[in-house]
Parts: sequence; structure tokens; C-alpha cells
Amino acid sequence: MTEEARTGRTQRDTLLQLVDVVKHFPVPSDRLFGGKREHVHAVDGVSLDVRRGETIGLVGESGCGKSTLARCITRLHDVTSGTVSFDGRNISDLSVSQLKPYRRKMQMVFQDPYGSLNPRRRVGSIIGDPFAIHGMGKGADRKTKVQELMELVGLNPEHYNRFPAEFSGGQRQRIGLARALALRPELVVCDEPVSALDVSIQAQIINLLADLQGKLGLTYIFIAHDLSVVRHVSDRIAVMYLGRIVEVADTEELFARPRHPYTKALLSAVPTPDPDLVNERDQIILSGDVPSPIRPPSGCRFHPRCPRAQSRCTTEDPVLNVKDGDVSDHAAACHFPVADGEPLVMSQKEAL
Amino acid sequence: MSLLEVDDLHVSFSTPDGVLRAVRGISFAVDPGETLGIVGESGSGKSVSTQTIVGLTQGARISGTARFEGKDLLTMSESELRTVRGAEIAMIFQDPLSSLHPHYRVGWQIVEMIRAHEAVSKKEARKRAVELLGLVGIPSPSQRVDDFPHQFSGGMRQRAMIAMALALNPKLLIADEPTTALDVTVQAQIMALIKRLQKEFGTAVIMITHDLGIIADIADRVMVMYAGKPMEYTDKRTLYHQPHHPYTEGLIGSLPQQGGRGSPLKSIPGLPPSLLRVPKGCPFHPRCVYAMDRCAGEEPPMRQVSGGLDHRSACWLPPEAVGTTTDIVVTRQELARQGRSSAQEESA
Amino acid sequence: MTVTPPDQIESTGLSSTLPAAVEAIEGRGPWLLAWARLRRDKVAVGSSVVILGIILLALFAPWVAHLVGHGPNTQFRTTGLSPDGIPVGPGSTFLFGTDDLGRDVFIRVIYGARISLLAGAVSAGLAVAVGVIIGLAAGYFGGAVDGVLSRFMDVVLSLPYLVFAIALVSLLGPSLAISVAVIAFFSWASVGRIVRGQVLSIKEKEFVEAARSLGASHLRIMFIDILPNVLAPTIVYATMLIPLSIVFEATLSFLGIGVLPPTATWGNMLSESIAYYKVAWWFVAFPGLALLITTMAFNLLGDCVRDAFDPRGNRLFVATEE
Repeated sequence: MTEEARTGRTQRDTLLQLVDVVKHFPVPSDRLFGGKREHVHAVDGVSLDVRRGETIGLVGESGCGKSTLARCITRLHDVTSGTVSFDGRNISDLSVSQLKPYRRKMQMVFQDPYGSLNPRRRVGSIIGDPFAIHGMGKGADRKTKVQELMELVGLNPEHYNRFPAEFSGGQRQRIGLARALALRPELVVCDEPVSALDVSIQAQIINLLADLQGKLGLTYIFIAHDLSVVRHVSDRIAVMYLGRIVEVADTEELFARPRHPYTKALLSAVPTPDPDLVNERDQIILSGDVPSPIRPPSGCRFHPRCPRAQSRCTTEDPVLNVKDGDVSDHAAACHFPVADGEPLVMSQKEAL
Repeated sequence: MSLLEVDDLHVSFSTPDGVLRAVRGISFAVDPGETLGIVGESGSGKSVSTQTIVGLTQGARISGTARFEGKDLLTMSESELRTVRGAEIAMIFQDPLSSLHPHYRVGWQIVEMIRAHEAVSKKEARKRAVELLGLVGIPSPSQRVDDFPHQFSGGMRQRAMIAMALALNPKLLIADEPTTALDVTVQAQIMALIKRLQKEFGTAVIMITHDLGIIADIADRVMVMYAGKPMEYTDKRTLYHQPHHPYTEGLIGSLPQQGGRGSPLKSIPGLPPSLLRVPKGCPFHPRCVYAMDRCAGEEPPMRQVSGGLDHRSACWLPPEAVGTTTDIVVTRQELARQGRSSAQEESA
Repeated sequence: MTVTPPDQIESTGLSSTLPAAVEAIEGRGPWLLAWARLRRDKVAVGSSVVILGIILLALFAPWVAHLVGHGPNTQFRTTGLSPDGIPVGPGSTFLFGTDDLGRDVFIRVIYGARISLLAGAVSAGLAVAVGVIIGLAAGYFGGAVDGVLSRFMDVVLSLPYLVFAIALVSLLGPSLAISVAVIAFFSWASVGRIVRGQVLSIKEKEFVEAARSLGASHLRIMFIDILPNVLAPTIVYATMLIPLSIVFEATLSFLGIGVLPPTATWGNMLSESIAYYKVAWWFVAFPGLALLITTMAFNLLGDCVRDAFDPRGNRLFVATEE
């Protein structure tokens, strides 16, 4: 997002590496006497490299597993299989005490400005939590550090003794950000950080995130369902569908040449605020809903909704690879990728 | 004659902390078949105003008029209102689960809804329910009609709500953030559905949203609300290309634009005011980059400005200062500077 | 009161008008807000005054006894009983009359208050302490820990407590300590259940995830992040538990398996008065009234405390989250 961030990116220095990460949750069984236990396939084999200094956007609709993936990265969930490596070190099987130094290096910003702050604690002690947990700074020293952080994220340091209820949604996101930045992490996982905020406040927080990335050299994993926001902040974007990454590319490349039919449909569904562009675009309306992640479809998971699906798609699971003629950074998981400018079969008129 | 004509509507609530003035004088009209968009952020009064019109605000102090086909909804008795609500005016909300009863089958709820307003047999009503579910795109409606709401996905629930809303072929549909809780691909499905049904049945729509993208998609005319008041009223093209009110300008600037990646967004500084203590003068002036002396003292009325045919704005900037191009912005800044008495205002 | 600048005022949707939109005083937290609401509540103030009065009477019972010149067990066989051996009614010598042994009912009632309040407060306190810890552990750790602890709570709650208490007392002999232990043992499980339920919902909050992602220990999360959020419903329940425990103690004494005569307790007095209620109404009325007023005052206060924590009402035992 900033110059530093961009130059950092070109070094191709991998900060975080995910290899075939899988996370399944057992489903509470309806039947009293067992039967076969079912699982929610929340994340089902995700491999991804995150480069130092970049912002990688993770998009997808609800149930695609993007928030679960975020929690696997920050080890709020233990992965079912696969590895998460931070700075070259596999952290997915570290014990709680071994993990503690890595906790300092990666932090998370949460979606809900109301749920992510303890309503019964003062803001000063919430932001001071990281110092207390890691035994850093005492008394006045800690207070100074906390107030510096509050200033950094644009809060009035005099409000140190207030409770979260006395702040608005945007200010609470700033508090959450201050807490995440207290230990000077290298990686910040932002899980829908602006989706609960009003438009005008959303812009403030997006600007603040960009500003802080420049100042502190942060790497962001930015999760959101709002594609125009993700497009604005991300260097690269990974699109998820039912626990898998279906396409990953540089932001402008992805928007200009989406290869996966799902990506194309998703991009076309984003409403544009300019009334003159509304009727010009070729909006693809997908039929149906996202299938249940408990029993994901066979083969390509998108095939029941895909206008291009053929019989091969129902049996053979496509791998995420670079398609002919694409830059090496652009990978898609599709047997029949969309060519440049090629329309998907179904248009808006036929869809309904 | 307009289908719905709201004139000088005020809504306030008394809370332990004082009087909360949710709506402070709005007027608008909806013609048959047209779509009025109401845009605003949380606390702007956009939902409260329509809820008041259909008599869904409890314990509120209400003044003004809301004439639906000439009859004032605000002075109607509860039983009169009930016949209008549902049959003539239907509503859909952000959270369809809260409007569908969890313990009754979806079809049964539609049947009851129809039979509450029309004398038809159960069998006939059920046939209509199946037809309606098919119309809104529920797959195999004759089976899904006996499902419970929790067996539907979010998008299907919203479709079911729309089916229920359209069951009695209403003249006006009030849609209060109908797609906010849905994913973009499902949102696109629902918006296409609303547009198609509107074309088919000639229903007028009031679309309440915070998303200018939805406005661009569906609305004919738009009202922008802030702190319980209308700020600007015009057609959607004029609003996007030639806004007059600085709040509208700020809202559009806050949106990430194509090709603007990495550059800072033009956010609006500060926070919306508390409705318990709305600032004197223009409610937006503490956050306004063009604020002049006059703005803090006198509340600007809605007046004609020079964007489109019927373009009104509540701002003291001269009526001809519309648009977002750089020279217009410079002109506006210059005008604002002339309107300030001292240099100290500059830093504010 | 400091007036905040306009950019600091919470934007107000209708649903979140209450604490958030209040003129923000520095650090006016949820506890202070509840306290402020409680102080404005007339019923709360009234019942607090009554409870305070009873506590004072209990505390100063020996002093009152000294003032009137006799203790709770002094028998007035001539002045306190009619020639037929019937207790004498209320009058200037004996404010509440006398009992079957010619003892001063008033003095015995205020001495009884000492036992009742002590038993109520100590056993409720014990029950809350145990219940909070067990409930916190069960809710937080879940899984097998929760399975074992929850089943244990179910067992305790399903025991026939009177039968169990009689058996226990016949083994260990009646005393105040045994009464308190029995009451606490049969009360903690309901506290534990409430706390467990609360913890189950609070541990899913993002602020708990935030603490975990910072590397906080289980103990830190349980006691610093979760406990303050379950305290409000716990305090409400504790206030309600005190009168329950007082009645429980009175029941035990009444049945003769609590505090033994001649110690004055309300339960003992009621038990002794049974044979006399036709001829000496005061003998049964005053200890009964004392019990009624005390439990009522605590229950009313408990209601008010709940309302103070949850001003929007009717959500029993739901933590206030804003």
C-alpha cells in the first residue's frame, strides 16, 4: 500500500506460509447413539504464501472459511492437518509456552467493535493487556506506553480511564487496533475490520490501517466480504469458496482477468455507486446458495452453481495452478478457466 | 397524485437521558411505481421514519402527516392501519428471521397473511403461497412451502419475506436494508428479484440503505439523511455526479473508487452527533470542511439548487455550487473561506 | 461532570440509547451506572434501610438486652406467665410479649436475627464462592471437565435436601456450623449452573479470543476477562440466595435439626410456638413477621439490583453487555 510496502514486496520474502491447511469441526450429532460423526469442512486444504510487507486480501462469502483460516493462522484454532509456518518456523504444533513469543509477532483485529472489547474493563487496561500478559512495563511506564499507542491510532490519551461503552464503533476499532499493535507485531490479521462500521467511519479506519502499515512496516492479511474495500487496500487477493482458495492474483490482475467463474461472478455482483455504470456492466447472477460445508459437492466445489460446469467438474477436483498465458503470480483452480473478456454463459436476463 | 406524501414528519422518544429526536422534519413523496432511495448512516433516522409511517414505532411522540392515497396514516386507528399494512403497504427488513415466526411453517405464515386480509379458502391461499414462492425463485416451491424458516438459507428467507410482502399485491413496498445481511452474490439475486417484481406489478418501492451502490442500482430519486433530517434530495445521477451537500460529497468520497488503490480515502472527519444533543445550526457543521459562520447559528432549509430538475439541498453554500470536480471543490472552499469571520476557523 | 466535545459523543441508534448516549463522565463504568440507578430506586433504598435496621438490631442485641436488663434466655416465671402458665401479651414490660417459658419474645427475636443473618450471609457467601469457581471451570474448559462438573451439579440439585440434612445431622449432631455447611452444600450448585451458562456465552466473545491471541493464560482469561462479566447476575442471585438460606436455616431449626434450643432462632421460636398459637398469637406472629420482613426485604433488593444491572428489564440473569 505504501512505497515501503511495495519495495518490501518485490523482495519476495515470505513471512507466513500455509501448506495444505485443513480445519474440520465435528458437528454435534442429532442421533442419540452415534452413527457416523459428521464434520464441517471449514478450511479444506489451503496453501498460501504471505510476503513480508504486503497486504493480502482474503475474500469470499459467508461460510467460505476465511475467518476460520484467520484463526488457524493465529492459532486460535488448532489445525486438523497441514502446517502454518511463520518466518520459516512451523508454528502449528508448538505448545502454548513455545507459542508465546510468536503471539507477539502476529496479532488480530476483530470484526465486532462491540464484542471485541471487554465491557467491564477500562480502555487503558484493555490496551495494556499485551504488556501485562508478556510482563512488560509496570505502572507509570505501562501507562505511558498505552497512551502513546492511543495517540498512534488517533484516540485521545486522556480517555485512558473510560469504558468501551463510552466510545463509538469506529473508536472501538481504534482501541482494538492499539491493543493489536502494542507488542509491535509483524503480521496483523484483520478479520472484517470495517464491515460493522458506517461508510464515513469505515474510510477513517482504512486510512488509519494504511498509515500504520507505512509507519510500522506491517504485513496485513485483510479479510472482508466487501470487494471494493479489499480492492482498495490489497496488493494481492485470494478468493475463497467452501474452504478452498479458488483463485489468487495481484489485485489489478484479478479484477482485469478473473479466470475462475466464481471470481468473475463475485466481481460482477459488487454494486457500483455510479448510476451510469450500473447498466453497462455485465452482471452475472449466480443461481442458488452456497452448499453446506458439512457435505461439500464432489469434484469442483463450485460446480452446482457454475454456468460452465461440465461432467469432468463433478468428479475431478481442480488444482490451483497458473493458467496458460498468465503471469506466474496468478493461479486459479478451474478446469475450464474464463478467457480474457469472455462472457460467462448466463447473463442477468436468463438467470431468473 | 402521489401514492405516499409525507409532510414535516417529526419523531422523538423520551429516554432516561433526555429526549431523543430521531426524525426532525422530513418531507417526501413517492409516486406509483417509482423507487425512492433513502440513504443514511446509523442514527440518521432513515428506518425510524418509515417505521413511523406504518405505525411500528411504539412510545414515540409523532407530528406531521403521512398521506397514503390521501388518507393520513398517522391519525388512523390501529384497525384501519392494519388493513393498510400488509395489503397496501408491505415491508421487508434486514433480518428476515426476526419477521418470520420460527415455530410455524413458511407456507402457513403466507397463508395466514393472505387470509387475514382476504376471504379465500385455505386451499386457495396455499396455492397462492406456492405460486408466490416459485415467483420469488424458491426451488421446488410445492415442497419447500412446508419448511420451517430455519430450514431456509439467508437468501431464501429474504425471498420468502418478499413473497409474503407481495402476497396481497401491495401498492408500496418498504425495503429496510433488505440485503445488508446477505452475501454479494445473493444480494445481486435479491436486487434483481425486487426490480423484476416491481416491473411486473408496478409496485412503488422505498429502499432504505446505507449503500450507494444499491441506490445506483434501483432508485429513481434519492433522499440523503443525516441526524434525523434530509440533507439532499434529487435523482440518483445528479446525486452522484453533481452533489450539492458536503455530507453527500463526503459519503461519495468515503467510498473506495476503482483505480484509487493505496491512496487515502476522503473520509469525513469526526462522528455523527448524538440524537440527544444535535448541534445547533446545520447538524453537519462540526464535521463539514466548508463550514461557515452562518452554519453554526442558522439551520439551512431544504431549497432548490441547480443540479437536476428537482434538486434540493439543506446547505448554505450557493445553489450553483454543485459537483465534485476539482474546480468546483476549489470554488466551494473559497466561498466557505469568505463565509468565515476569523482565521481560527481555518484550523477547525 | 465534564462535557465531552462533539466528536466524542456516541452516535445514537435507537437500540443503544442507554448507557452509551449518556453524557460521558470520565470512566463512568457499568458498575457505577448500576449503582447510580440503584440509588434512584425507591424500593431499593427502602429495602436497604429495612435490612440495615435488622442488621443493626442484631448487632446491638446484647446492648438492647443490657438496656432492658435481661437476656434471651432469662425466664420470668411470675411476671412473664399468667397464673395458668399462659404467656403474657405485648405490653410495656415485654414489648412483644413472652413465650411459653416466660422469656421476652422481643429480645429473642433480635437474638434470633443474629443467627438468621449469620447463617444466611455465611452460607450464601460460601455457596457463591464455590458455585462461581465450579461454574467458571465447567463453562470455560467445557468437554470432559464440564461433563463431570455438570453431572455433579445435577446430582446435588436432585438430592432430597431435607432427608439428606436429617441424615447428616443425625451423624454429626446439630450445630450452627453444620447448618451452614448443609445450606451451602445444597445452594452452590444452582449458582454454579447460572455461572456456567453465562460463561458459555461469554467465552465465545471476541474479547476472549483477543486475550487468547495475546497469549493470556487460562487463569487470566477466566478471572480477568470472564469473571467480571458474570459477576452482575451472580450478585443478583446472591442477593436472592440470602433469604433462601435464612428460610432454609429456619426450616432446619424448626425441625430441630439446626441450632439447638435454648438458643434463640426464628425457626426454634416458631417450632416452640406451635402449641400456643391459639392463646398467644404474639408468640408465633413476631418471629414469623421477622422472617417475612427480612426475606421480603432481601428479595425486593434482589429485584432492584437486577433491574439496576439490566435497565431494559425482563431479561433475568442475562449479563448487560453495553
